[in-house]
Amino acid sequence: MIRRFWLVLMLLAAAALAGCGYNDFQRLDEEVKAAWSEVLNQYQRRADLIPNIVATVKGEANFEQETLTKVIEARAKATSIQATPELVNDPAAFSKFQQAQGELSSALSRLLVVSEQYPNLKANQGFQDLRVQLEGTENRITVARNRFIKAITSYNVLVRSFPSNLTAMVLSYELKPTFAVQNEAQISTPPKVDFGKPASK
Amino acid sequence: MSARGIADVAKRPRWPVLNWTWLLPLLAATLFGAAPAVWAQDVLPVPPLSGRIIDQTGTLDDTQRLALEQKLATLETQTGSQVVILLVATTAPEDIAAYAQRIADQWKIGRRTVGDGLLIVSAQGDRRIRIEVAKTLEGAIPDLVAKQIIDQQITPAFRKGDFAGGLNSAVDAIAARVRGEALPTGASDKNVGNDILGSMNSDLVVPLGFFFLIAVPLIGRFLSAAIGRVLGSLVTASVLGGIGWFVTGSVMAAVAAAILAIVLVGVLGFDMGGGRGLRRGRSGASAPIIWGGGGGGSWGGDSGSSGGGFSSGGGGDFGGGGSSGSW
Repeated sequence: MIRRFWLVLMLLAAAALAGCGYNDFQRLDEEVKAAWSEVLNQYQRRADLIPNIVATVKGEANFEQETLTKVIEARAKATSIQATPELVNDPAAFSKFQQAQGELSSALSRLLVVSEQYPNLKANQGFQDLRVQLEGTENRITVARNRFIKAITSYNVLVRSFPSNLTAMVLSYELKPTFAVQNEAQISTPPKVDFGKPASK
Repeated sequence: MSARGIADVAKRPRWPVLNWTWLLPLLAATLFGAAPAVWAQDVLPVPPLSGRIIDQTGTLDDTQRLALEQKLATLETQTGSQVVILLVATTAPEDIAAYAQRIADQWKIGRRTVGDGLLIVSAQGDRRIRIEVAKTLEGAIPDLVAKQIIDQQITPAFRKGDFAGGLNSAVDAIAARVRGEALPTGASDKNVGNDILGSMNSDLVVPLGFFFLIAVPLIGRFLSAAIGRVLGSLVTASVLGGIGWFVTGSVMAAVAAAILAIVLVGVLGFDMGGGRGLRRGRSGASAPIIWGGGGGGSWGGDSGSSGGGFSSGGGGDFGGGGSSGSW
């Protein structure tokens, strides 16, 4: 009888462990990792596209050199950061990585805007194809980042909500960092539109 | 506990006990109930997936729509790939890429095991169109090809106002591409799993099995002794339903657990001590335990598929592939 009691107790304990979210932590942790790998994957795809774009744009004589250099520099900076799955657990390295990728994004969009002023580039089929690919990659980055944010959210909710927060406390699972907007103050101020003066350039 | 003792317990005034126990599920619901987050968004709602062609703008007339639908149905029977066309007035405030991605993410067009889906969204008022390609089809229709289809098949026709013609030749081009891709053949396998099973992965079956093996006899016995068989089985059912809901996060699984508990405790007399002494209960204990375990594991029964009409295979994973254009 006592033996049976212990058996029942052990089974209950196993069930309780499952009920306290231990398995959920493992599952969501893996989901976060997978989502992060996909983000890295898409950033890598963008980094691989850039040399082709730079080469095509270089073929255009008198292309604005400053824009081009900025893209090259931003890419070098972004790819110099060792992007590993463990980055998710290191808030400092994570935000550094994110900042580098953000700089690359703005340098690239500047390049695309400037390229509009060059009729030869607009007529260049190779460049237009690269643009389409770059646009698709940016879309994929957005989707991957979105899914990463969702995965992080469900993990962090599990860490913070009762009763799984007790499990998190015992096993010291911590909140994971997620994407934040870098220039929050800048984009929350409305842009100034002034039609009075002639556009200065 | 002797039989007389149990009978004494059963004779206690019932209402206080009852009131308190009925509060339990409510309490559990407030404590653990994570109500699905309601997003305060201004974006357009996702329309229901009512067919292969969803025309909210009335751009296509009936014959055009039927012809296109026929073409898409043929493509699905031949290759298994699902293509859906959605015509809306506008995607504002989102841009078409974000809108199409959101729709595609919700609909998950494409066979469950293959995930080969494709969505064409056209915003008539915005004069913007997007081909959204699921990951499985990104090899057959990479972004560049999607862009070519938009530039060569869709935009010229759309500029002339020939929307049906543009969509028709676009579907032809897509079908040619999909047929050239080595996808697993066969009809769509949309009735692979149902919602309960889908939300219940294999590592939940084990704890659920534990609950049926242990929680049902323990709680059922105790409560039946305390407040009688009918009430006891009902309370056991609600407690068990609460636990099931908490563990699986699925309301359906919880309801199933509760019903099973009612059946086990109330109807089958699985209370082991209903006032007649332990001898009968003990002999009756072995069989229901098997039923309980079987109940936990045998939810793999098949569910009927919806039959006729079009429904999403539910396997399409849209990662942002495809291309947009305007006319």
